Amino acid sequence: MTQWLERHVPKVVLAPTFAAILLFVYGFIGWTAWVSFTRSKLMPRYEIEGVIQYTKLFASPRWDTAMNNLFIFGTLFIVISMILGLALAILLDQKIRTEGFLRTVYLYPMALSMIVTGTAWKWILNPGLGLQATVQGWGFENFQFDWLVNPDYAIYTVVMAGVWQSSGFVMALFLAGLRSVDGEIIKAAQVDGIPTPRIYSAIIIPSMAPIFLSAFIVLSHLAIKSFDLVIALTGGGPGYATDLPATYMYAMAFSRGDIGQAASSAMIMMMVVFAIVVPYLYSELRAKHD
Amino acid sequence: MKFTSVFAASTAALMIATPVLAEPKAEVLHWWTSGGEAKSVAVLQQEFADRGGEWTDMPVAGGGGDAAMTALRARVLAGNAPTAVQLKGPAIQEWYEEGVLADISDVAEEQKWADVLPAAIAEHMKCEGHWCAAPVNVHRVDWIWANKEILDANGIEMPTTWDEFNAAAEKLQAAGITPLAHGGQAWQDATVFETVVLGLGGAEFYKAALVDLDNDALTSDTMKAVFDEMRVLRGYVDDNFSGRDWNLATAMVMNGEAAFQIMGDWAKGEFLAAGKVPGEDFLCGATPGKGFLYNVDSFAMFEVDGDDNKEGQAILSELIVGPSFQETFNLNKGSIPVRTDVSLEKFDMCAVKSSEDMIAAEEAGSLLPSYAHGMALRGAQSGAITDVVTAHFNSDMSSDEAVQMLSDAVANSM
Repeated sequence: MTQWLERHVPKVVLAPTFAAILLFVYGFIGWTAWVSFTRSKLMPRYEIEGVIQYTKLFASPRWDTAMNNLFIFGTLFIVISMILGLALAILLDQKIRTEGFLRTVYLYPMALSMIVTGTAWKWILNPGLGLQATVQGWGFENFQFDWLVNPDYAIYTVVMAGVWQSSGFVMALFLAGLRSVDGEIIKAAQVDGIPTPRIYSAIIIPSMAPIFLSAFIVLSHLAIKSFDLVIALTGGGPGYATDLPATYMYAMAFSRGDIGQAASSAMIMMMVVFAIVVPYLYSELRAKHD
Repeated sequence: MKFTSVFAASTAALMIATPVLAEPKAEVLHWWTSGGEAKSVAVLQQEFADRGGEWTDMPVAGGGGDAAMTALRARVLAGNAPTAVQLKGPAIQEWYEEGVLADISDVAEEQKWADVLPAAIAEHMKCEGHWCAAPVNVHRVDWIWANKEILDANGIEMPTTWDEFNAAAEKLQAAGITPLAHGGQAWQDATVFETVVLGLGGAEFYKAALVDLDNDALTSDTMKAVFDEMRVLRGYVDDNFSGRDWNLATAMVMNGEAAFQIMGDWAKGEFLAAGKVPGEDFLCGATPGKGFLYNVDSFAMFEVDGDDNKEGQAILSELIVGPSFQETFNLNKGSIPVRTDVSLEKFDMCAVKSSEDMIAAEEAGSLLPSYAHGMALRGAQSGAITDVVTAHFNSDMSSDEAVQMLSDAVANSM
């Protein structure tokens, strides 16, 4: 009896969670996939109609804009956050006196919700209220910084706010990575008279590859899921110039009563996430087998 | 005393059916939660209580009704729909197609709705010939609001054609005043767009383009002219318009920062709330062109179980269209009664003009549903048009391109 219990209690305890995940994650992914092949409007319908929703999706210029924006936003957000984060981490790693304080300062934006970040940056970047008005008020009448209301540049303001929020977090990740590098190796290199930049580029950074991967995964899923930042900062505007796939899906599902279209865009978003996560999982799992 | 006798009769019928008299019940889902609107709903609530009913209020604010629609979907999927839901335009028919709306023809015929409602508007309240919704009010969308002081100072009359409007705007711009107060949100761009379509194309063209979605109309030279005018109007708004809320644009007109605003008559509520007097501080006029674009709020009646709920639904429908609620509600809300037989004594000059124009437009066949406010088209189609309108307004797209995109977007949304 005791043996039986010992063997089965873990399974029994895990079963509810497992069932919940099976239903609420994979079950609903399956449901969304099903609905994306129907002509569902206000309410879900279940007669399969083929790939009509996907045809419509790819013919929609708004979806094109959303995917382009995701590409621009995702790339810049990830690259700039990583570069800034790494730079800050390396600077903080120089055994400076106020490290604890500075670390908190840079990490703090992460404590804010994206809605707050978005609203604050909306005011800062608003040409009539924020930066532009202030600098013009100082007497530089020709100063112009209207990216927020310029459809060609508005997406870059989203990048700015996103980077401001996340680079501190990336810094913390990298700082932990820097500290985990074996001190003996660094000392050996220093004894050999290797200059510090070379130590970083040839020894420390290469040994932090797993941290880069984690940072990349965390940032890329933040980018793909980005919704609240855009809603608060630009509301998707001007026009739909800063739409992202998530805001597109929201508009279709909740404002336009077009659930089929929303489901198809959700499936494409999921595939984009898979395209990034699957190679990661693959490399992780393989590494363990080796 | 007709009302009481109907009630008595139905109550009597109920008493025979069930030995214990159940109170009529109604659960009402709406998103009228701001000051004047909440007050208006309270009036209905009171009238319902006076008739012995038990009202369950279900206000869901947020997202201009998006949040309420999400709540509604959940309730309908759970098989437990509210008695009445604030819905309007083709959305009523969309819900009817999901098979969840009730038939309230008995009440409508008893109360002779067909005789007191304008035919074009009554049509929205019907699902395949029977009544399924009760109209609350009529908002006119094609209004242009102006700051009287600015117009007087610059010697400008209320414009009656778009050319006059452009000339006035040039003059104002030269005098250093922002001609048009506008908020760069998609629905506001769409509001201006539809008034221009009506003004330049006329009622026939409006109907062909924005109600019937006729491809020839959508790609016509008239439509190109409409986009040309939109481009001109884009030059009359200030640099800072992106994302501005409509009431802030109204405040610009009020404070003399801008001369005109094109917006439905909910803007009047803002003027009145600030203590401004129509005709003295601000002017109201129809946007250039002939016609009347309406935005009618209504309550769709959902299929409910139980005699108490059905009874509540019937009383509620009767009260909503009843003259006393129509008057009180619309005085609070700034719109006009949907019944044409309600006395307008207590209403201001803008409302009286709106009502006169509505009756005239009904006769001339130019009483038209507003596309920008979800009266003319279903969500997917109107959304597709709005995407093009707002993309054109916020970029340097040419009118030819815009017309092509419009035609593609509409075809793609079907």
